Parts: sequence; structure tokens; C-alpha cells
Amino acid sequence: MTTPASVSTVDLAARFPGIVSADSRPGYSGWIINADKLIEVATAIRDEFGYDLLSSVTGVDYPADGKMEVVYHAFKTTGGSIFVFKVQMPRDDPVVSSLVPVWKGAELQEREAWDLLGIKFTNHPDLRRILMWEGFEGHPLRKDWKEPFYEEELKPFKSRWPDGKHTIAEAKNPFRDNVQFPVGFDPEKYTFEDPEQALYTSLRKYQSEDKDGIKTDHILVNMGPQHPSTHGVFRAVVMLDGEDIVSLKPVMGYLHRNHEKIGERNTFLQNMPYTDRLDYFNSMSNNFGYALAVEKLMGIQVAERADYIRVIMAELTRIQNHLIWAGMMLNDLGAMYTPALYAFEERELILDIFEATAGSRMMCNYFRFGGVARDMTEDALRKTRELVHDRLPGKVDEMDRLLTDNEVLVSRLKGMGYLSAEDAINTSMTGPMLRASGVPYDIRRADPYSVYDRFEFDVVSRPEGDMYARYLVRIEEMRQSLKILEQALKQIPAGPILSGKPQYQVKIQPGEAYGRVEAPKGELGYYIVSNGKPNPYRYHVRAPSFINLTSLEMLCVGEKIADFVAILGAVDIVLGELDR
Amino acid sequence: MYGKGLLKGLGVTFVRFFNTYWEDLTWMWRRVTTGEKRYHSAEGIAHRSSKNTRGIFTVQYPEEKLPVPEEFRYIPFLVYDEGADGAKEIRCTSCGICSKVCPPQCIWIVRGTDPSTGRPKPQPAEFYIDADICMNCGFCAEYCPFDAIKMDHDYELASYTRTLLPMEKLMKPASYYAEIRPLNAAREDEARKAKEAAKAAKAEAAAA
Amino acid sequence: MDNNELNLPGYEIPDDMKNTVAITSLDRLYNWGRRSSVWPLMFGLACCAIEMIAAQASRYDLARFGMEVMRPTPRQADLMIVSGTVTKKMVPAIVRLYNQMPEPKYVMAMGACASSGGPFKEGYNVVAGIDKFLPVDIYVPGCPPTPQALMNGLIMLQKKIDKESISKVRWYRKGADTVEVPVPILGPDLIDVRRIPDIKSKVAELSNPPAQREA
Ligand code: SF4
Ligand code: SF4
Ligand code: SF4
Repeated sequence: MTTPASVSTVDLAARFPGIVSADSRPGYSGWIINADKLIEVATAIRDEFGYDLLSSVTGVDYPADGKMEVVYHAFKTTGGSIFVFKVQMPRDDPVVSSLVPVWKGAELQEREAWDLLGIKFTNHPDLRRILMWEGFEGHPLRKDWKEPFYEEELKPFKSRWPDGKHTIAEAKNPFRDNVQFPVGFDPEKYTFEDPEQALYTSLRKYQSEDKDGIKTDHILVNMGPQHPSTHGVFRAVVMLDGEDIVSLKPVMGYLHRNHEKIGERNTFLQNMPYTDRLDYFNSMSNNFGYALAVEKLMGIQVAERADYIRVIMAELTRIQNHLIWAGMMLNDLGAMYTPALYAFEERELILDIFEATAGSRMMCNYFRFGGVARDMTEDALRKTRELVHDRLPGKVDEMDRLLTDNEVLVSRLKGMGYLSAEDAINTSMTGPMLRASGVPYDIRRADPYSVYDRFEFDVVSRPEGDMYARYLVRIEEMRQSLKILEQALKQIPAGPILSGKPQYQVKIQPGEAYGRVEAPKGELGYYIVSNGKPNPYRYHVRAPSFINLTSLEMLCVGEKIADFVAILGAVDIVLGELDR
Repeated sequence: MYGKGLLKGLGVTFVRFFNTYWEDLTWMWRRVTTGEKRYHSAEGIAHRSSKNTRGIFTVQYPEEKLPVPEEFRYIPFLVYDEGADGAKEIRCTSCGICSKVCPPQCIWIVRGTDPSTGRPKPQPAEFYIDADICMNCGFCAEYCPFDAIKMDHDYELASYTRTLLPMEKLMKPASYYAEIRPLNAAREDEARKAKEAAKAAKAEAAAA
Repeated sequence: MDNNELNLPGYEIPDDMKNTVAITSLDRLYNWGRRSSVWPLMFGLACCAIEMIAAQASRYDLARFGMEVMRPTPRQADLMIVSGTVTKKMVPAIVRLYNQMPEPKYVMAMGACASSGGPFKEGYNVVAGIDKFLPVDIYVPGCPPTPQALMNGLIMLQKKIDKESISKVRWYRKGADTVEVPVPILGPDLIDVRRIPDIKSKVAELSNPPAQREA
């Protein structure tokens, strides 16, 4: 594993004496900023020090110290490693100013921190719950909040062995179900305010009068959560003037599966199969990011052969993701099925390799700390070679021939859903979305991890910033992935696939780590805090699908409602990761 | 020229369309010459899953089934060795590692007790896997030190009720295991034999 | 299907039912028509939905079972494949969709999550199985069930349809002709409307704990 030597050389404490101090807890890094000066310091971080992209915002609850902490990760789009800064607040009244005026990309993430941890962000334009519904009781990620099926603080649970009489979880809950109600709650008298009201009032209202004095009012359209082309259970509320989108709000949480709460009960290893279920198209990349983060905490090396296998798997994943994306995108545009069916054929062949190597088509659970679970057999390697050399290049070209020049496609995509480079950076876009806006930022190159520094490939980027550019970037990225695969398959060394022994209980020092990979959808980051126990103390996923939606309103306003589906499709979201 | 892109795309679909028939024709010829069939045969399925596949891609379940690779995993099962008189010698020692490592905690084990002494004995009295919680991750099989729990290949489990698997349903013979995972089984058997031999040698050395 | 096949009962009639059920050729025709055109609702929830789509795609090709017509609207669907984790936030929408489906309607719980909450069962926003709200006809274990496992489930469903009789099915009988499930409410937590009295008494009991409750 290559960690770039450049641990940030910025001395923030010297620049802001008395306001900023270095985080001196063992295992931690970064800077702690006085909560009331956050905006000022953050602006300097962006403008003076050049950390222009705010990657991740999340909170950590420290009840033992009576503190709540917000952790920010930023980086430069010109490359280099991550820059961490934090603010701390008293736990009983966690208030901090919102960073939305500095980075618009903080918007959805701050809402998430409010929803799950109850941190209030002043001056936030729209601070509502985001994953849970308005009216839900409590902030689930606080350490003292217990879920209805709460059994024990940490896994493994004692009731399973040696006296593990099977009981279903419902039997232990007074309501015989996965629910709990506050003291004195009366369901008959419960007058629920329409939880949607706050949502609808947050949309921009609109009224106009034309020259004949005919008044036009706004129209509100709900798309989803059951909608054939929202890629799952995503919902958007759209305000329309005729067919033009005036205002739009994404509504999410319909697949919020409490990944982080469960992740903080699990042991480090047990989280691995759960990460498969984040972006369920690309379980290999998810494993990759998580393994990197934990390996950083453990301070171990990865076996060299395993590193190559990891790269091979991650790139195969990227190819099938982008192929499926192209197919689904065309579905969204109305070209039902033909491109999607072509894409699924190649995907099946790639999944065959995963199945033969990892054991499962989709939920690979293949990475282990220090390596991978089992070796790639000669047979699987041969199959991969055949695909990479003889089949996939032709199929990518075929997709290209089928679609790229198609006049209907071009006219639907060109110039639509425009996002400028500044906006893209300011709204924390990553991955193909960012690159299609003319910012050639790719973590594989900018902050290389694993063995990516040994391969030659181009970072694909297009200056146009429209949907067509997003399409072209992805097509070209598949070619670059094939190029990486060719080199990796040539160079792959023999040797062990795991450094150290297989173990299910890993030793981890107290501290924090942030591991990130260039997943097919963007920067996938894992922020992990350990307190030396076998379970992570805080486990946060920076999900590219989620954060890339920050700009959705920006992309859609002014376009026609019929194009909304296409614009959403071009962002490339997957709900498992979006809602976690 | 407007429409050139459309035509190019149509060309691609036409080639695909044509290939479907061409492929079937070539296989017809192959059937005459070599006797190989494209459908309902192992070589046909292998061909349809290879890099050369074109034309019809479908594997017609349930008439033909895609062979699953050795590493394929579904729900776990417990391995038992067949004793001399058909007795089922379960390998599990009820050490509890699988239930500890299981991410959704869906393994339930009651450790057995020796009726004569009342002390724990290395055998499970009850063993449950809640198949409706199991996430097919394979950790239990990976970390069991006694090769006692393994991942099954059987995926045809649909039922009209929920599925809770008690020990009787989980037990499958070692021969079945060797059948679905021949390479793994051989490797593990060898390792176990080597270990036993080493132990015996040590015991002998100690006795001598 | 030719006449010959049509007249052969492809299933066992349990002994205790032999005299009560008249399985006619009409039944067989009726069931054959329905089993060969089960249209699923185009409705994906989570990871399992991707395997459902894969089953629709060319390698597995559900069209061979007459199930390729995925309808995005519940009004035209016969089968709801609950393919993935059911969350509390989503379940009102699912129940509403189910209510809007016309009879005859079937529900399949695909994967561990839909069957009982699966690996996410302990989560605070997860419904422990869709069968808490809807009558499930068939459960397919697996996480995710592979497309072939899903098809195995669909074949089981076809077998179930085969056993139905036109004279017995609920949608031709007098009275309520369809199963309507009250839509749950999102309060401080998910409120199952059918269980309100139950919840009320339990909350009261928990709010004023009798002294011995601790023990
Ligand atoms: S199956 Fe293996 S790991 Fe589990 S209790 Fe038995 S011997 Fe231990
Ligand atoms: S496969 Fe995974 S989830 Fe299933 S029983 Fe084994 S350890 Fe538990
Ligand atoms: S059963 Fe498994 S694959 Fe299916 S939705 Fe649940 S977690 Fe995802």
C-alpha cells in the first residue's frame, strides 16, 4: 500500500493562533477549530490553502467527554492527501454554524448529521430530517439511543452460544415487533402533522401572470418512491411551471438500512459483508475502501499478489458498472431494453469470474485485512484474460457504435443538465460527474492507493459539463479500465494472498482513519474511529451517490420534467449507498 | 448526414440478430459432425458462458441449469462423517466460533452435555441457522477450525413458509461435501491427515 | 399445452380433499392461463432487485414463463416481488401499492430481508419481514437469491396457482373480494393501525411499570 508521503504541511494553528489547535489525541490527526470561528477558518482553508473540495462531513458522539464532534474532510482537486479539521461542541447543546455558505456540498451531509446525531447547524437553508421521517423519535446514532431490537452493546451476542436456544428478536420486544414508543404515547390521540408539509414548504413557490391576465399557479409533482425509473426507491418532489422544473427536492431514506448503527455493533471483520450491500452493483469497490481504512488503522501491509487481485476486481467492477449504467441510461431515455440487455450479457460474464473467485455474484465479501479471502484460480485468471483481451474491448466498442452517434441520444443529452466546474467542486461532486465538468480528478491518480501508481492510464475528463460529457467519460473510462486490467494481468506476481494469518478478531489501535477509493460512482470513503475495542467506535460511509445528489436541483432547474429522469440517471445513483 | 448514427446503431442490432441464426446454423453443422449440442448439454452451456458466446445467451432453467462454481455459497450446512455402522459423527465441536463471527448473528448453538457427568461435551445439542437472516457471507465456513460447517450449493429453497434450519436439516454427509467442493475437501482432508500424523508421531515420541 | 396434458392433473390431490374439491378441466384451463402470464410489478427495493432484473435479462429470461411484462403500475400487476429490505419509511407505500393491485394478487418475499428483515433485521428503520403486513405466498431464502433461485420460487408459485380452484378462490366469492391492508402510519415509530389498542395498552403498561416488572 502506498500512502503518499505528503502529510499535509499546512500549519493551521500558526495561521489562526488561539482559534485552531492540533488534534493531539493519540491516533488522531488534523485540527480542532473553535466552533464560533468555523466559517472564517473554513474560508481560509478553501481560499488560502487551496483545499477546494469538501469531501465528507460527519459527526461523532463522545458521551464520556460530554462532547459532540463534527469532522470535515477536504482535499485539493489538484491532488494530494486529505485534510482533516474538526469542531467540538457540548453534547447537550450541539450547535455549530453551517458550512453551506462556504461549500454547498455540505448541505445534505449536514442534514444527515442533524437527523442521525442531532447536531444543529445554524444558517442551514433547509435543516430537516433526511433519512428518517419528520416526527421520528430520537437521533439514532447517538451512543445512548437504543433501537427496538437492541440486545447488547457489541457483537458477538452472548445469547448465541453456549446456550443458544433459538428465539426470534420479536419475542424480546414488548410490542412484539421492531418498534418502540415514547412514554405516555397514545396512538389514538396521535395527531400527526403531515410529515410532508415541511418538505413542500421548502420548495420555491411560484405564480405568474401572462399578458392576458391569466394566472398560472405552481404544480407539485411527486416522483417516487415507486417510480419505474428512479433506480429504486428514490423520490423527488418537483415544482413545475408547465413542463419546466422550477424547484426540486430529493427525498431519501426509503432504503435507510441503518448501516452505520449496525456497523458500530459489528466487529471490524463483520462489517465487510455489510459493505457489499452499500453499492450493490460494485461490492468489490466497497470492500476495497473499507479494507484500506482498516488497514490504515492497523498499520499493516497488503500482500503484493492480493493488491493486484484487488485492482483486477475493482476494475472489472467498474467496467460492468459503466456498461449497466449506459444500458439503464438508455432505458431512462426511453430506448427500452436493447442496450440494457446487451450490457447485462457482459455483466453476467464478469459476474461469473466473481462467482468463481469470491463465491457470490453480487455480494462478494472478498477482501480481508491484509489481502483477499482466497486466491484467484488459474482458471479464473484465464477467463479474465480472455474477457479482457478478446471480448470486452470489442463489446465496449460495440456499445459505442450503437449509441454514441445516435442522433436521438445526442439531442437528448447534449447541453442538458449543465454543471460548471466551479459548481461541481463547490457541491462536492466526485467521480465521473466531476470529471465530466472538466476537473480531471481521479483518486487513483491524485492520491494513489494500492498499486495504482504502477499502471499507466489516462484520467478521462471532458470540459462540456453536460450529460453527453458524462456519457462519454464513462465510455472512455471503460477503455482505461481495460488498459489497467491488461497491465495488471501481465504483472501479477505469484505469492501469498494475505499478509499475516487469517483471523476473525483483529487488533486495532485507538485512533481514526479515513480510507477512500475511486469507486465507479465517485469517491467512496470510510471514516472509522477506533477506541481499541474489537468493534469500531464510529463508522461512517461517505457515499458518492448520496453526495452527488447535492447538485441535483442545480442540474434540473430550467429543464423539462421529461428530462429529469435522464438527468438523475446520468448522475448514476444506487439506493443502497444513497440511503445506507 | 443526419441519421448516420441511427443507421450505425441499427447495424449493430442487425449483426446481433443475424448472429442468432448463424450461430444456430453452425451448431447444427457441429451436431452433424461432432454430435455436440448447443442446448441441453454441458458443452452448450459452457459455450454460452464463454468469451465466444453470441446469439442466444439464455440458459433455460429449469430444464438446463448453470453449473455453479466450486466456491459458490448459499446457506451453510453441517458436515458429518459416516461412521462404521451408519452413525452420523458430526464434526462440530460446538466451539462457538461460527456463532461469534457470524455478522447478523443468525447461528444459535446449545452446547451438549455429557449425561453421565453433566459436564460440557464437544458436540452441539442444538444448532440453528435462521436462513431468513443469514446473509450468505461464508464467514462461518471460513473460520470454523474443524471444517464442520460449510457453504452449500443448493439454492432451490423456495418455500411457502419462513425457513429456520434446525440441526437435522443442516446435517449433510462428508461425501456430499466432497462432491460439491472436491478441491477444497481434498485439500482439507490432507491437512487434517497431516495434522493427525504429526500428533501421532508426537505421541509416539513422547511414549518412547 | 395440448388437450391431453390439460386433462392430466399434474398434481396430487390430498386424500382428505378428494371428495370436496372438484378439479375440473375448466379449473385447469383457468389456472394454466393465469400461471403462464403472471405479470410482476416493476418494483425494486434493494440489492435483490438487481438479481430480479438479471433474471429478466437475457441469460435467465423470465419471458419463458410469461413473466417478462413488468408493469410499473400496480393496476396491471398480478405479482408483487418484494425484492429487498422493507424499511419503515417505505412500508406505507408498499401497502398502498398492494391495495391497488387487482385480484388475483400474489406476494413473493424475495431474499432474507423481505422474509424477515435479513441481515438488517436489528436496524431501527427496518420492518422485520413484509409478512408483518402483507400475506406472503412464497418465500425465497438467500441473500440475494440467485436468478435461478428466484425462478425456482416462481415455479413454486405457479404450482400454487395450479392448486387453486375457480369455485374456491376468494375473489369470486361473496363479500369482500379483495384483501385490503390498512396503511401504517409514521409516528414516533411505525404504527400498525390494526394493532393500535394493543400498542396503547402496552405503552400504558410500560409508562407506569409495576414494581415487579424489573425482576
Ligand atoms: S461449526 Fe465449527 S465453528 Fe461452529 S461451533 Fe461447530 S466446530 Fe465451532
Ligand atoms: S453464512 Fe454468514 S450470515 Fe450465514 S450463518 Fe454463516 S456466518 Fe452467518
Ligand atoms: S436479502 Fe440480502 S441481497 Fe436481498 S435486499 Fe436483503 S441484504 Fe440485499
